[in-house]
Amino acid sequence: MSEYWVAEWLDMGAIADIPLRGARTVRMADGQEVAFFRTAGNHVYALENSCPHKKGPLSQGIVHGTSVTCPLHNWVIDLKTGEAEGADEGCTPTIPLRIDGGRIMIRRADAMGKAA
Amino acid sequence: MLAPSSRERLIVIGNGMAGCRAVEEILARDPDRYAITIFGAEAHVNYNRIMLSPVLAGEKSFEDIVINDLCWYADNEIELITSDPVVAIDREAKTVRSQHGKVIAYDRLLIATGSDPFIIPVPGKDLPGVITFRDMTDVDAMLSAAASGGDAVVIGGGLLGLEAAHGLTLRGMKVTVIHLMDTLMERQLDEAAGWLLKSALETRGQTILTGANTEAIYGDGKVEGVRLKDGREIPASIVVMAVGIRPNVALARDAGLAIGRGIHVDDHMVTSDPAILAVGECVEHDGTVYGLVAPLWEMCRALADGVTSKPSGYKGSVTSTKLKVAGLDVFSAGDFSGGDGAEDIVLRDASRGVYKRVIVRDDKVVGAVLYGDTGDGGWYFDLLKKGEDVSAIRDALIFGQAFASGGGALVDPKAAVAALSDDAEICGCNGVSKAKVVGCIEAGAHTLDAVRTSCKASASCGSCTGLVENLLALTMGDEYAGERVAKTMCKCTSFSHDEVRRQIIEQGLKEIPQVMQALTWSTPDGCASCRPALNYYLLCAWPGRYIDDQQSRFVNERMHANIQKDGTYSVVPRMWGGLTNPTELRAIADVVEKYDAPMVKVTGGQRLDIFGIKKEDLPAVWADLNAAGMVSGHAYGKALRTVKTCVGSEWCRFGTQDSTGLGVKLERAFWGSWMPHKFKMAVSGCPRNCAEATIKDFGVICVDSGYELHIGGNGGITVRVTDLLCKVATEQEAIHIAAAFVQLYREEARYLERTAPWIERVGLAYVKERVVDDTVHRDELAARFWVAQSFSQDDPWAERAEGAERHLHQRLGEVRPRAGATAQAAIQSPEGVMV
Repeated sequence: MSEYWVAEWLDMGAIADIPLRGARTVRMADGQEVAFFRTAGNHVYALENSCPHKKGPLSQGIVHGTSVTCPLHNWVIDLKTGEAEGADEGCTPTIPLRIDGGRIMIRRADAMGKAA
Repeated sequence: MLAPSSRERLIVIGNGMAGCRAVEEILARDPDRYAITIFGAEAHVNYNRIMLSPVLAGEKSFEDIVINDLCWYADNEIELITSDPVVAIDREAKTVRSQHGKVIAYDRLLIATGSDPFIIPVPGKDLPGVITFRDMTDVDAMLSAAASGGDAVVIGGGLLGLEAAHGLTLRGMKVTVIHLMDTLMERQLDEAAGWLLKSALETRGQTILTGANTEAIYGDGKVEGVRLKDGREIPASIVVMAVGIRPNVALARDAGLAIGRGIHVDDHMVTSDPAILAVGECVEHDGTVYGLVAPLWEMCRALADGVTSKPSGYKGSVTSTKLKVAGLDVFSAGDFSGGDGAEDIVLRDASRGVYKRVIVRDDKVVGAVLYGDTGDGGWYFDLLKKGEDVSAIRDALIFGQAFASGGGALVDPKAAVAALSDDAEICGCNGVSKAKVVGCIEAGAHTLDAVRTSCKASASCGSCTGLVENLLALTMGDEYAGERVAKTMCKCTSFSHDEVRRQIIEQGLKEIPQVMQALTWSTPDGCASCRPALNYYLLCAWPGRYIDDQQSRFVNERMHANIQKDGTYSVVPRMWGGLTNPTELRAIADVVEKYDAPMVKVTGGQRLDIFGIKKEDLPAVWADLNAAGMVSGHAYGKALRTVKTCVGSEWCRFGTQDSTGLGVKLERAFWGSWMPHKFKMAVSGCPRNCAEATIKDFGVICVDSGYELHIGGNGGITVRVTDLLCKVATEQEAIHIAAAFVQLYREEARYLERTAPWIERVGLAYVKERVVDDTVHRDELAARFWVAQSFSQDDPWAERAEGAERHLHQRLGEVRPRAGATAQAAIQSPEGVMV
């Protein structure tokens, strides 16, 4: 069995492949879409690609500072916590990640999702 | 003094900054302990590598940058072996062997091999004329190339690359910098500061290409130029490769020492072999590899303490960067990525070209980026390293040490203004002092406007408006209640939409970061309201020159389709004037079947809307529709949507003119134009008005004697019937006036303001005056519209179908469980398996 099969962290892709102030998604093993956001400050965050309001695809929103504005109804979600900002209430699950040599890694358990 | 023969033998591999500094530190602590031999790969004595830039720039000579001349080696009884690098370490025998076969024994060995420039593996990388920027040999090569002038390309827009570019520019070469990332020096600067640096370097004659990916270096026998992935070719007689450095660990690896990215060392710079130490850029300490000088010095101190029996231990370094490129001051320190719980404090001083951003987390400074004025860099760095609680001085922090240290009283901005001296300059544009402003207020100028009229303070760029308001409040006391009634664009700025547009034109602002800097935005990169507005205003102001920022577009305009509540998209191909034909209908039917679209619907604007298309299928759908001759219908855009028509005189027994024909002409002329909001047109062939032209932004009602032109209608939340603008005799006149009207709307309405509320706001009489009565200015408006249109009528779908912006339509990857084994996963990306 190669080292690859026991790797705890899985490589999701390169930071450089996400546009600055933009996002890309990865479909997890259970079909869940996870959005990877890259801020102007070159920080990467992973959240479920689903607004707590009406499940809008957050990856398609405008990224500003460390927030994203949902493309459906303009809820503003804090990328750091997943919490809705301002008067809105709700929270999108965040996924812990680490960066290794410009690559984005998430835990195997998170990548396997509910299918694990 | 111990006889040299009885001392321990210390061999140092590397005659660079780290190796020699370590030796200096050891000598300072215990000059008699070691008999020292230093091996250097270069022919030179020890010199200051970071000063190579001034040598290249002609500001210093090699002699100026020598740290230790030959006397130093002699005085300290150090044996220096140059041009004969160590090629092997025998840890069993405790010896090193040099290239020329010299074998010398050691008691302690210090590896200070530094780092090597990273060469990107592109075709042509080995051609003569490809140079790195690491040592004196490289500088000599660049100087001899520069002697004959010509074009140079620098690959890499980091610290080193920009210094090389600056030096070559001063030496008379025409320099292009190619940088893979979107921002120069992205590891040290945030986007705003990176942009300021880029525009300043451009004014100094360099060409800066960001987001540029090198495909190959081409040339026949020597370098002739660089080709980018997008096909562009940049001629060059030399190419300087400055994309980064990599710890030089070859010797250590061959000797079997533990290495990661660098040679693993403990807190005392000891490697996995207790007899061998390592220091400098070649080491990895606690997971970090350093490429700056300050950490080197700290490591050398810890090393010297360790080997002279007074171990202190290296605890890692917090680094800061302060540099001057082409006379531009830049500083950064700590973490400016805006991570968890971080708050940004931003100060922009447009007239002085200053940008300051301090990042605070849990009442502590965690990072700072300064551009243009780096005087307080050291202070911020100090606060950062000490982790001091800054809550007491938080409000004044951004103004710098002199200001913030004043403490309590100065924190209130009004008190801060009060504390300014009488001759302090308030308005940089017009050179107005505080005393003059106060004098004007005391003489009766009790409003912003009055102050602007009487002394011109804040009458130009407006960035000192806040200061003038504070002076009004200070001078008049409670009598001044504030007055800025015009709503600001958003929370990021104190300017209104109209002021921002005026400044864009007057100051010639051409890019979003430039607007934010000039108009002192309070956030580093704006928000979801101001960014799309600025993108539109710039697009409108500088047609053909402004490069659209996709990340400042709302999703529909970025994806060229309409997002639906389930995240799929709907697609509306253009049908000119609402006309279609069997080819188009077949193509639409085929798309519906091929991509499993669950619904097709006829829209209110006489089009067919295909629902339920997945974002990854959009380019293929567009390719199929393009093949049938159809282009984007812009049903998603703040742009011309549709021109609705009735059948008109060609078929209808009541029709007075060819309304379908005029509708098609209007749509062909106006499609693709970006507007403040969506824009709908209609042409009805008679006053029965079957095309509902009187609830459109621009409607034409045909009558026997010509065409009635109507404006400002809306069928939305608040129904508004159009106002009659004028009547014309010919189609040409109708199209001409439509162009002038649309351009007036494009130039003067606020972003997201439909024509109906705009006309209510400015009045019908004003619009009539501009696009009917004042024929000279009307013609100018129309002319500007056609210029803009010449850049906007490329089908965005065709570009995407051919592969443009592919990343917008593709996932980064996909995790797929392997068949029969749920605990295993493979990650697929469009580029293939990645793990």
